[in-house]
Parts: sequence; structure tokens; C-alpha cells
Amino acid sequence: MSSDRTKKTKPADHPGTLIAESIKALGSGFATTAKHLLRRPVTEQYPEQKRVLPERSRARIVLTRDPDGRERCVACYLCSAVCPVSCISMQSTGGEGGRRVAAWFRINFSRCIYCGLCEEACPTSAIQLTPDFENCRQDILEMVFEKDDLLVDHGGRDDRYCFYRHAGIATDTAGKGEHVNEQPPVDAKSNLP
Amino acid sequence: MLAWITGLIVLLVKLVVVLVALLLTAAYLVWAERKLLARLQVRLGPNRAGKFGLLQPIADMIKLLTKEDLVPESADRVIFLLAPAVVSVTALLMFAVVPFGTDITLFGRRVPLIISDINVALLLVFAFSSLGVYGVALGGWASNSKFALIGGIRGAAQMISYELPLGLSLVPVVMLARSFSLVDIVNAQNSYPFILVQPLAFAIFVISAMAESKRIPFDLPEAENELGAGFHTEYSGMRFGLFFLGEYVHMQVLGALVAVFFLGGWRGPWLPGPLWLFVKIIAVALVMIWIRGTLPRLRYDQLMAICWKVLVPAALINIILTGFVMLI
Repeated sequence: MSSDRTKKTKPADHPGTLIAESIKALGSGFATTAKHLLRRPVTEQYPEQKRVLPERSRARIVLTRDPDGRERCVACYLCSAVCPVSCISMQSTGGEGGRRVAAWFRINFSRCIYCGLCEEACPTSAIQLTPDFENCRQDILEMVFEKDDLLVDHGGRDDRYCFYRHAGIATDTAGKGEHVNEQPPVDAKSNLP
Repeated sequence: MLAWITGLIVLLVKLVVVLVALLLTAAYLVWAERKLLARLQVRLGPNRAGKFGLLQPIADMIKLLTKEDLVPESADRVIFLLAPAVVSVTALLMFAVVPFGTDITLFGRRVPLIISDINVALLLVFAFSSLGVYGVALGGWASNSKFALIGGIRGAAQMISYELPLGLSLVPVVMLARSFSLVDIVNAQNSYPFILVQPLAFAIFVISAMAESKRIPFDLPEAENELGAGFHTEYSGMRFGLFFLGEYVHMQVLGALVAVFFLGGWRGPWLPGPLWLFVKIIAVALVMIWIRGTLPRLRYDQLMAICWKVLVPAALINIILTGFVMLI
């Protein structure tokens, strides 16, 4: 910055040196582009060469499953609430064995901006973004994915995590007090003075 | 009568050959520009249509021809439809006076390898070049769009300004050749090309020629990052294609003119005349592409300052010096 200022206050150069300097500058510019002509192009030819995307890159959304193969989604609506483009919709319902599940779960991928906020909001690690970005469709209605299209048969990133092992709710897998790090419920009547 | 008819047939054949060659070269110049520019920017360029993307110009042409020819509702319809033709026609007509070889003998008739050798060819070139301004200015005006209008006005101002150094830089060439005819100018360079004695005029001519053809770094009329596409913003389909074609034909014509005025035209050892001219045109075009890949666009005041404060005085001094040297 300071060198710039001193340059400006310096008296004007001799026109001859100015011309020589500008020709030198032009020449170095042309030499630079000429050198680039000999470099290998950096282009990746997409359909033939597919770059391995980072594991955490965000594209198609999936619904993952518990280690025991059951749906993780508890239909809490948090993802649908946080979605900035309102592309997620669902209907919560009481499922089997005291679990809540989504009666239907729908993501409109023609609206989705792949921001990943749904994944952050999800309390059960159910909704996750995968690096699979090749999701073009000819018909825009095919971009609406239903629950069956979204469900995958693995646990995605947290594949050992199971919400109902920690939840503290009595379900068909564990009653009250049987979860991880949980003590049996205190019998209030035994506490009487 | 028979001589007249054969003369007409020969002329028509020459016209067809030159037109086809010009348009084909224009198409492949687009390909060369895209390819070379891509390599200058460490990219690959078109490589999907055919080998090395060689069918790309054909694909582009089919695309342009089949696209809808839109006319904006508020545009001045007649002028809007005519403007692209003005640009490409003036560019094509300029080539009529460029000689591309010595006279050849066909069936006992001498056929000059030029479409029309007229004694004021150089003035004709400038006349068409000035008419080309109408295409840009009217196209920009008739679109009735702000971007197009600004582009058109810029184009008119720039092209009219640069006509001056373009013309003045050629005065020494005319003085040396003692003729306005391009054939005579080429013949005058029999022993040496004029670039050796007129390097300053050559530099001025090339710079002004690039400004005339609205190429980077003088592409203010179409400055895509400020004006959309400048004067041809509202054009679509083949009418846009005509502007595009005009630009690339103009590039070839300027290459041919640089060759004729400074590089000895079709003259050269070993190769036949037309081929030498072609080689020189392509060389000039490639240098123009290289310049496009190197230099950024000038600011508007810089553009005008270079023209009026540098090129015009330099050209005038060059004329005086040449006259002085010729007298003594």
C-alpha cells in the first residue's frame, strides 16, 4: 500500500521509459498466456471421468434405518419446519409398538437447495444427504420423491445409532428403565417418609 | 456477347468460390477461436461434436437456424430485421477488392484472381467499413432496449473514431505504392513487404482494425458483463448468427487487409498465391485470438484516449516522416 503511494507522488517518468515499461508489461502478459497454451487442460470430462466427491458433500436426501432395520424417522416435523424452501412434507402417525412414524413422507427435489439444514435438525439421524448428485428427470413430477424412494436399507453416517435405545420411551424393544445408561424408574411410593 | 456471358460465368464462379471459402473459414474460425481460447485458459474447448469438436460449427449452425426468430414487440421492426444483414453484407463485400493471386489462364482466357479490381479499392473498403457502423448502431437502436442502445452508441462512437487512425495509417502505404488499388499495392510489395518499412503504420492499422471488428480488448459495444450482449442483446436465431458471422468474416477481411497492405498480400515463396493469403489471414486471426486471451477490456475513456491522443497523432507523424523520407 505504502509503495503504491510513493509511486504516485513520484514525478512522471520519461515517456521513453514509460513506453518501454508498457511494452515489457504487454510482452510478459503475452508470454504468460503462451505458456498456458502448453499446459495440460485441467478440465475433467464429466460423464467419462467422475470425480470422487467428498463424503460429506451434499446432494440427494435419503431416509436411513436403525441398526435393526427399522425406520429411524419419528415424524417430528423438525426437518420440514427448518427447510428454507419448504420442500419436505409428511404426516405423523402412531406406528406399531409405541413408535411414531411418518404415514407419508415427501421431498420435492425440484425445490430442494441441498442446504443440509434438515440433516442438522434431525434428532434421530434419520434424514441424511448423500453425495449422489445425478438426479435429473425429464418430467418435473418425477422429482417428487415419496417415502419409498427416500428410504435406504442402511444407517448412513451414524450406522450404529438407534434412537429408541436412548429415548426413554417404552416401545416394543425396551420398556421404561431398560435403555442404555438408564436406571429403572423410581417407585414414587417407596420414597415416602 | 459470348465473351460477356463467359465473363459473367467466370465472375459468378469466383463469387461462389470466395463466398463458400469465406463462410467455411468463418465457421471454422469460430471453432479455432473457441478451441485456442480454451487452451489459453487451460480448458479443453468444444470436444463433443465429432473428433476434436470439428462438427461443432455445423451443430451451431443447425441450432441457430432452427431457433425462433424473435422480434421484440416494441422494436422498430423493419430496421430490426435489416440491421444484421447490413453487418454481414458489408463485411462480405469488403472482400470483393482483395486480390488473392496472380492472373491465371483458364481455357485461353486470362482470369484475374480478384472479384473486382477497381482503382479506388481502398476507399471502397473504408466505405463498407463505415457502412458496417450502421448495422451496429441501427441494430442497437431498433431493439428498443437499454443495453442494446448503449451497445449501439458505443459501437458507433468507437467505430467512427477508429476509422480515422485506420485510414491515416494507410496513407503512407498509398504513398509508397502510389495507388489506391489493392492489386497495385500488392504488386508494389514485390521485393519486400511494407511491414519492414512501415512498422508504425502496421501497429496502428492492426490496433484500429481490431477496434473496428469490435474484438477484445475493444469489445465495449458487446461488453457481456455490463451490457448483456450489447447491440445484439435482443437478437436470436439466425439474425444473431448474422451478427456473429459478420464479426468473423470481418476478422478474415481485416486479416486479408493486413496481409495486403503490410505482409505482401498473396506474395510469398513456394506456395501458390491464394494459399499464402489464406495462411496470412489465419496467422492474423490467430494473433487476434491470442490477444483476446491475454488483454482485458479497455475502459471507455482509455479507448477514446488511445485513439485520439496516441494513434491519430502517431499516424500523422508517420505520414510526415514517410513523405520526408520519400522526398529526400
